[in-house]
Amino acid sequence: MRPETEGILVAVEGLVVRYGATVALDAIDLTVSEREIVTLIGPNGSGKTSLIRAVLGLVRPNAGTVRLRPSLRIGYVPQSLHIDQTMPLTVRRFLMLAGAGGDGIDRALAEVGAGAVIDRPLQRISGGEFKRTLLARALLREPDLLVLDEPTAGVDVLGQGEFYRLLMRLRDRRRCGVLLVSHDLNLVMAATDQVLCLNRHVCCRGRPEQVTADPAFRSLFGLDAALSLARYEHHHDHVHTDDGVVALSHSTRHG
Amino acid sequence: MDDFVVRALIGGIGVALVAGPLGCFVVWRRMAYFGETLAHSALLGIALGILLEASVTAAIIVVCLAVSLILVALQRQRRLPTDTLLGILAHASLALGLVAAAFLERVRIDLMSYLFGDILAITWGDIVWVYAGGAMTIGLLVLLWRQLLMVTIHEDLARVEGVPVSAVRLVLMLLFAVVIAVAMKIVGILLMVSLLVIPAAAARRFSTTPTAMAILASVIGCGSVIMGVMGSLTWDVPAGATIVVAATLAFIATVLWPAGAGGRHAAEAS
Repeated sequence: MRPETEGILVAVEGLVVRYGATVALDAIDLTVSEREIVTLIGPNGSGKTSLIRAVLGLVRPNAGTVRLRPSLRIGYVPQSLHIDQTMPLTVRRFLMLAGAGGDGIDRALAEVGAGAVIDRPLQRISGGEFKRTLLARALLREPDLLVLDEPTAGVDVLGQGEFYRLLMRLRDRRRCGVLLVSHDLNLVMAATDQVLCLNRHVCCRGRPEQVTADPAFRSLFGLDAALSLARYEHHHDHVHTDDGVVALSHSTRHG
Repeated sequence: MDDFVVRALIGGIGVALVAGPLGCFVVWRRMAYFGETLAHSALLGIALGILLEASVTAAIIVVCLAVSLILVALQRQRRLPTDTLLGILAHASLALGLVAAAFLERVRIDLMSYLFGDILAITWGDIVWVYAGGAMTIGLLVLLWRQLLMVTIHEDLARVEGVPVSAVRLVLMLLFAVVIAVAMKIVGILLMVSLLVIPAAAARRFSTTPTAMAILASVIGCGSVIMGVMGSLTWDVPAGATIVVAATLAFIATVLWPAGAGGRHAAEAS
């Protein structure tokens, strides 16, 4: 990677993660800098969630390094969070568990546009409101880096566009880096600085317009569907000519 | 009031106070079968305690912790689902306990009192154990309340936010071991889990926060102990079972309570 480290929040080099005999990630390099939005895309089982978990320190690398800037504060928005119906928990109480006071909670919820749900039970708010609540919780930690795993899963298309615009506003206002996993190709492309297309190894990377023009990306996602709003279909049984593992199955564990 | 009734009430209330919040974790984390397993393994603790001429309560705590740790180790294998592992551990430890009890030559242990509890035979020495264990349990719950809730809600999120997840889970197991050891005298092995689960389930509908649910579960548990001991004296029926029947009646009452009249939570539903 570049010798310069100024403003770099996360530096991943040569990362290998295996689950038993299954290689989930092979020789991954990745950097996330201040005020940069980095998006991971790739088919199911391509290692997106594993890469995020390695950055968060939830998975130990089998090889390679994950370096975080010293005393980096991370705000994490998990892919899903199931709260049992038997636990009485309002949005306010849930946010208080982050260790924040009342004022901070009101402000964080207002910042993500979810102030109205503050006294509702967590089990009775919509998918979009829930994602915003999780984001507000991450913001309460005053993060230098936001890590989001499929933040718009279960959110309708209009809501998705709004969510990405919100992420960009937060990045500008709070000057934090953003690392996110996404399936929503089109929406993500408009709201991201760097795209990493994963299929256990790095398929291709770069600015969104470079990646969408890359033959590896187009073959991985079976495009040209990327330019339409239609759901894309990806091909699992494609063949790779570059080095790295050729993925014939997709049994990678999803966290 | 007779001295043994006073002891029964004091001991029973001490157990109900700690069973309330811990029972909430059983309900939230869906650990009822885990509690059942620990309760079953308590018989092995009793037999070992008598064999080694050590404190029976301490032996129960040690065996419950050992069973918890074996479960954690077995779960790492990922070959068998947790309910299968619990089914093995619960009945293997119960069977081992029965076999070990048969080896006790000098002492005949009263199996019935351990299976069903014998709250009216509780001694002041037992009550010291109940309140010492209870004070430790409540202290750790208050100290670690936020961490315990975070680990219950989402372990990865808790870990990223700096909660020592493994240590917190270990503390929770220790608390279960302590409560099962001290509650043994009250309701016995077979009815143990009911004392944890039923008051917590009854408290759910009238609680809007986890803390309120924990406190309300304690209150319902204490009421059940009082009604159970009194009912047992009035009708000459087993006290442990009567306590569980009283708790069950409280639970049924909360289920039948008309919507809209029952607290803020029910009001929100309408």
